Amino acid sequence: MLNKYPAWKNILILLVVILGFLYSLPNLYPDDPALQISHELTELSQGDMPIITSALEAAEVDFFGEEVDSESIRIRLRNLDDQLRAKTAIEEALGDSYIVALNLAPTTPGWLQSIGAGKMNLGLDLQGGVHFLMEVDMDAALTRRMEDNLSNVRTILREQRIRSRGLNLISNSHLEVRFANTDDRSQARSELTDVFPELQFQNREAEGVFILDMRMTPATALQIQNDTLQANRTTLLNRVDTLGVSEPTVQQQGSDRIVVELPGMQDPAQAIRILQRIATLEFHLESEVGAPSLSYETYEYDGLLVNVDNDVVLQGDRISNAVYQLDQNSQPSVNLSLDAQGGNQMNRATRDNVGRRLDILLIETKSRTIASINEEGEEVEDIEFYEDKELIMHATIQQPLGRQFSITGLTAREASDLAPLIRSGSLAAPMTIVEQSVIGPSMGQENLDQGLLGVQVAAGLVVIFMLFYYRTFGMAANAALIMNILMIVAVMSSIIPATLTLPGIVGIVLTVGMAVDANVLIFTRIREELGSGAPPQQAIDAGYNRAFTTIIDANLTTFLVAAVLYTIGTGPVRGFAITLMIGIITSMFTAIVGTRAIVNLLYGGKSVKTLSIGNYRKKSTQDDLNVAAGK
Amino acid sequence: MLMTEKEIDFMGARKFAGVASIVLVIVSIVSLAVNSLEFGLDFTSGTSVRLSYSEAVVVEDVNQTLRENSYENAVVVTFGTDRDIRILLPVDENIAVGEQAAQAVIVGESIAELLQSASGSEITLLGSDYVSAKVGGELVESGGIGMLVALAIIMVYIAMRFQFKFSVGAVVALAHDLIITLGIFSLFRIEFNLNTLAALLAIIGYSLNDTIVVSDRIRENFRRLRKGTPLEMVNISLNQTLSRTLITSLTTLLVLFSILFIGGESTQGFAVALIIGVVIGTYSSIYIASNVILYMNVTREDLMLPVKEGAELDDIP
Repeated sequence: MLNKYPAWKNILILLVVILGFLYSLPNLYPDDPALQISHELTELSQGDMPIITSALEAAEVDFFGEEVDSESIRIRLRNLDDQLRAKTAIEEALGDSYIVALNLAPTTPGWLQSIGAGKMNLGLDLQGGVHFLMEVDMDAALTRRMEDNLSNVRTILREQRIRSRGLNLISNSHLEVRFANTDDRSQARSELTDVFPELQFQNREAEGVFILDMRMTPATALQIQNDTLQANRTTLLNRVDTLGVSEPTVQQQGSDRIVVELPGMQDPAQAIRILQRIATLEFHLESEVGAPSLSYETYEYDGLLVNVDNDVVLQGDRISNAVYQLDQNSQPSVNLSLDAQGGNQMNRATRDNVGRRLDILLIETKSRTIASINEEGEEVEDIEFYEDKELIMHATIQQPLGRQFSITGLTAREASDLAPLIRSGSLAAPMTIVEQSVIGPSMGQENLDQGLLGVQVAAGLVVIFMLFYYRTFGMAANAALIMNILMIVAVMSSIIPATLTLPGIVGIVLTVGMAVDANVLIFTRIREELGSGAPPQQAIDAGYNRAFTTIIDANLTTFLVAAVLYTIGTGPVRGFAITLMIGIITSMFTAIVGTRAIVNLLYGGKSVKTLSIGNYRKKSTQDDLNVAAGK
Repeated sequence: MLMTEKEIDFMGARKFAGVASIVLVIVSIVSLAVNSLEFGLDFTSGTSVRLSYSEAVVVEDVNQTLRENSYENAVVVTFGTDRDIRILLPVDENIAVGEQAAQAVIVGESIAELLQSASGSEITLLGSDYVSAKVGGELVESGGIGMLVALAIIMVYIAMRFQFKFSVGAVVALAHDLIITLGIFSLFRIEFNLNTLAALLAIIGYSLNDTIVVSDRIRENFRRLRKGTPLEMVNISLNQTLSRTLITSLTTLLVLFSILFIGGESTQGFAVALIIGVVIGTYSSIYIASNVILYMNVTREDLMLPVKEGAELDDIP
């Protein structure tokens, strides 16, 4: 029958509406101010929670809803004021090595959480927080990889008993090996080609020396940069997790930058401390007795002076995991797993060196605050970055090592400190903060309030206009509009976890303005059909059918553009593109299927004389031609 | 006003509209070449000076003091509390890259001193840093490529669904809208930041939407009406879509004006850019795309698809 939807279609639409309502519901529950407490290096101990409780009792701060696990403790506070007082009290009670981060805890009821519904993430501009732009030192990354290659080449030549006259690192993508004769060189070349498929080999003669050049191809360099960036991103994500920020963004920007956004975080100094406390690890052999003094550096370890060879046996980014364990003798140990290439390197380096000592250097880029007196005699504080190298392990190689090995001879505390540090600390290349900014929570709230008010007023105006202009059909369009906003919110909250930013809100508002376009197209068509004398039921059907292709064409082109913008854009452009794409899909559903269902329920299947769709003019095709001919 | 009581001979004014558009585009391009755009700190590097006042700050006063002391391009924003402000200054291009950080410190100190003596309030310099552009050159480059890719995809899609002449019409209309909107930004020295960039992208969507709706009608009329010249077809189609064009522009403008007046300072630039874009987009959907199609001598045959294929297409509900 004309203009009658089958029951299943109506039920499906109803189901979508109910789901849209359910999944946008969590946004109505305000967050509790909360504190997240964790230890900088290790897991929390059982005694921590009682200390916190007594500290808060002493400070007369009321708290509730504590969640305690081995990684962190989260407590909820009554208000923002209490939150700050509690933070100070806990920091004093626990001391420096603990991280006390301000954040927000959701209050979504359990039954909503159990169906996977959650709140929409608010961007920095709507919630306040800190923003960092970090630059990865790609030069260092490449240099490290080449140094790595250099020491591998040395090991292989030694194993194969090929005599060389020296190895030099020429640049971060080029190393040379010198030989006394061509025989050695061609033998070395054939040995090395298989081991280093990513390097280009070239022969050269200079000053009577036969040189083998090994160069990194641009493609390999690009690959390394990419890997480095990804590795650093992962490490940052791990570190950021300890801050307990609800929805951190750690995003790649361009080829060598990473954006870190911590919504709700109000203390940049602490964030810097955590992010900068990222270490790189290097494995070295202990220098042999009588080695030239330029080939090693001296470090202190347990009150002893240790000479560590400059050659890097293995870089920390080859470590895939580090676990704290008790070995078969119940001695504390750290079990390390390496990736395949790391395992090979380690094996090659250790099999001829059983009995020698293996050293691990922890290299940290740290920041310190320097107080100085300026010209006006005031004290100003400045943040300075410096590199800190520390010998954290000095152990005897008991047997040739492979992909899995363990570090023993540590105290329980050392072992439990070391494992997480290695896990989160193996940064592929050093990073520096090139930009930081703080957006206050009050400014975020203001942006959010104003943005929401804008949406409400805009939607209100459009609703009034549609009602006035299209009467009953306008009402159907308005119902679709509200359904549409609900669905966008539901999709952004639960299905695609997109972050709502200010441009995102504007994107939604714009969708409101443009979503009615589909209905305007349909209703204008229905009016036209009525104008040319079609009976109401046919006019509705023809109106929807004829407008359909137009709506599809128009929306599909816009969607394509939004998709391209999403792929190439970053930050606000992305936020805008995603809301636009979601809006296009949901508005097509609500404007075509949703209004049709309402119109069908109102008019379908019965005899209707007139439609309440506003005024229309009677005309015929002949009219069109008359105008065109200027009559 | 919204009812088309009287049919309008839109295409009668097509020559005039064509000339007007060409003049506007040329003025825009000249202004872009001479004035360039007023890029915000999102796109350029600069110095960020953070200050803390002992009492609440009036941003306008700070702005005025800075203007009077040859810091014309400073942008003042509050952060955190109403006592903390951040001043953004474009970087001096003559300074070597390595020295910019040092220069930032000097600039910060002199500004703090200046504002302290002007306001009489106790001011603490929280920090002054060199900030690099959020949008690196490489993003601008990939953005440009992305734009070209988007245009190519649109052209292919329209050529498939309509005809190549319509592709040209849509893309010319799009370029027209973007160039004139940018021209207005450059002419009136409105700041161009990441938000306005997003607005510009929205204009693309809006302009395309409008153009496709009109093109769709033209295609339909060419197939439906057996009589009439291409010019008549276009005129009929424009009249038929006029009420829709106006209503959609009206609802969109309703929304944009509520953002402009209520949405707060941070979205104003966005709203202004879009209002300009919507007005120009509405105009171009009537005059530019159809005009281009007519100049390319669109014919009925262009839209008559091979019978089989055409039947399939028309069968889509």
